[in-house]
Parts: sequence; structure tokens; C-alpha cells
Amino acid sequence: MRRKAFPHPLLSVALWLIWLLLNNTASFGHMILGALLATFIPWFTASFWQEKVQIHRPWLLVKFVAVVIYEILVANVVVAKLILTRQDKLQPGFLYVPLDLKSPIAIGLLANTISLTPGTVTCDLSEDQQSLLIHALHIDDAEATVADIKNQFEKPLKEIFD
Amino acid sequence: MLDIILSILIILGGFFTLVGSLGLFKLPDFYMRLHGPTKASTLGVGAVLIASAMYFSFKTGEISLHEVLVTLFLFITAPVSAHLMAKAALHIKVRQDKRTLNKSDQ
Repeated sequence: MRRKAFPHPLLSVALWLIWLLLNNTASFGHMILGALLATFIPWFTASFWQEKVQIHRPWLLVKFVAVVIYEILVANVVVAKLILTRQDKLQPGFLYVPLDLKSPIAIGLLANTISLTPGTVTCDLSEDQQSLLIHALHIDDAEATVADIKNQFEKPLKEIFD
Repeated sequence: MLDIILSILIILGGFFTLVGSLGLFKLPDFYMRLHGPTKASTLGVGAVLIASAMYFSFKTGEISLHEVLVTLFLFITAPVSAHLMAKAALHIKVRQDKRTLNKSDQ
């Protein structure tokens, strides 16, 4: 199979941006060096990236990131309040979130998003990849928590990656 | 004015990191304690990093953006380590608090 110049264009762009940010500069020399790295690193790591990552709706991804940041802010305040005031009334528990997502990268992103939002940590992915096991610090209404995760995080991810 | 905004951001970051550590210290079981650090590493560190980016951008006149990278790497690695610890804890059957709902098979 002939090797493409850019097997993973998104990875190349990301690497180039990360290189410039690492050096905290936008000078011409670093742009060239970054471009070289962004060309060669995907060549050498191509075998780790079997599937092509495709983003179907970039704007939805931007919106998704904004929603996640907002959720992190809100959840931080909620969890801080829980820890400071109602520590002995906490109701921790495990929840199963059934998955509609198929692509591994989308499942990975969903798991990471759940862990990043304070109050919930992803513990396990079932072997058939049909559900996530999450631990929640405080459960008021188990069904509502699962429904929130599915609506706010899983739905956009499904539209973007699947 | 800048100083005030920076102070607020740093105090906010310090506060949330403190609450995270407090949770890590006081909560009853391993799974609940895991929530402390994930929290501190998002908003706590986030606020301090925004303050750092603003400080260096305004004081030196050069836009400083590698804080964005710190945030990015942190947001990628923190959940992965939390996930690994939780998975390992489930595997070796770490004690779960008696209040826990749907105790995972023990």
C-alpha cells in the first residue's frame, strides 16, 4: 500500500499547533520545524492509529466543548458544596450507563468527559462495549443522572464521531 | 484592575484545590476519595492557569499561551489516571462504603 503524505491530517494539525504552543512562539523557523514534525510523527505512529478519526460536524464539537466546560464549572460548585456541608449525608453509588456509541474514540471521549465532570468517575467499560460503569459521589435520582449524561454528552458525541 | 482579577482567580483556584484535598482527606471510602483530585485538577488548576496566562500576557506584552497546553494535557491525563485507579480498585475489590448504591459485585 502506498503511504499517503498525511495519513492523519487532524493529528498533523494538532501536532503542529502543540509544537507552536510548547515553544510559545509563532516564529517562522518554528513553524517550519513544527510542520516537519507534524509530517513525520504521523508516519511513524500510523500503525497505532488503525482507524481514521473523522469529525462529521466540527461546529458541534466546539459547542460540545463549551457545554463540557460549563458543566465542569457547575458541577465543581455543586460538589464543593456537598463536601463542605453534607458530608455524612452523601449517597454514593455505582451506575450503569448504556452506550449507543460505537466508535472507540467516541467512547473514550465520553468516559473522559464523565471523569472530568466532578462528582462522577468512569470505572469500567463492559466487555461487550455496551455500557459504562460509573461511580457517583452523590446520587439524588439515578435515572436523571444517567439521562443527563446521555443527553448532554453522548448525543453530541454520537453525531460528531459515529 | 488586573491585579484584582488575578487575585480572585488565584484565590478561587486555591479554594477549589483545598476543597478537593479536604475531600481526599475526609471522605469515607476509596471511590469517593477519588472524586477529590479530579475536581481539584479541573477548576482549581484551570483558574490558576488562566491567571498565569493573563499575568504573563499583560506584564510582558507577549501573549503567553502554553498554559493552554498544560490544561489540555491535564484534561487528557487526569481522567485516564482516575479511570485506571478505579478499575484497579474494582479488580482487587477495595472496600466500598456501606451506603453505596448498587454495590459492584463484592
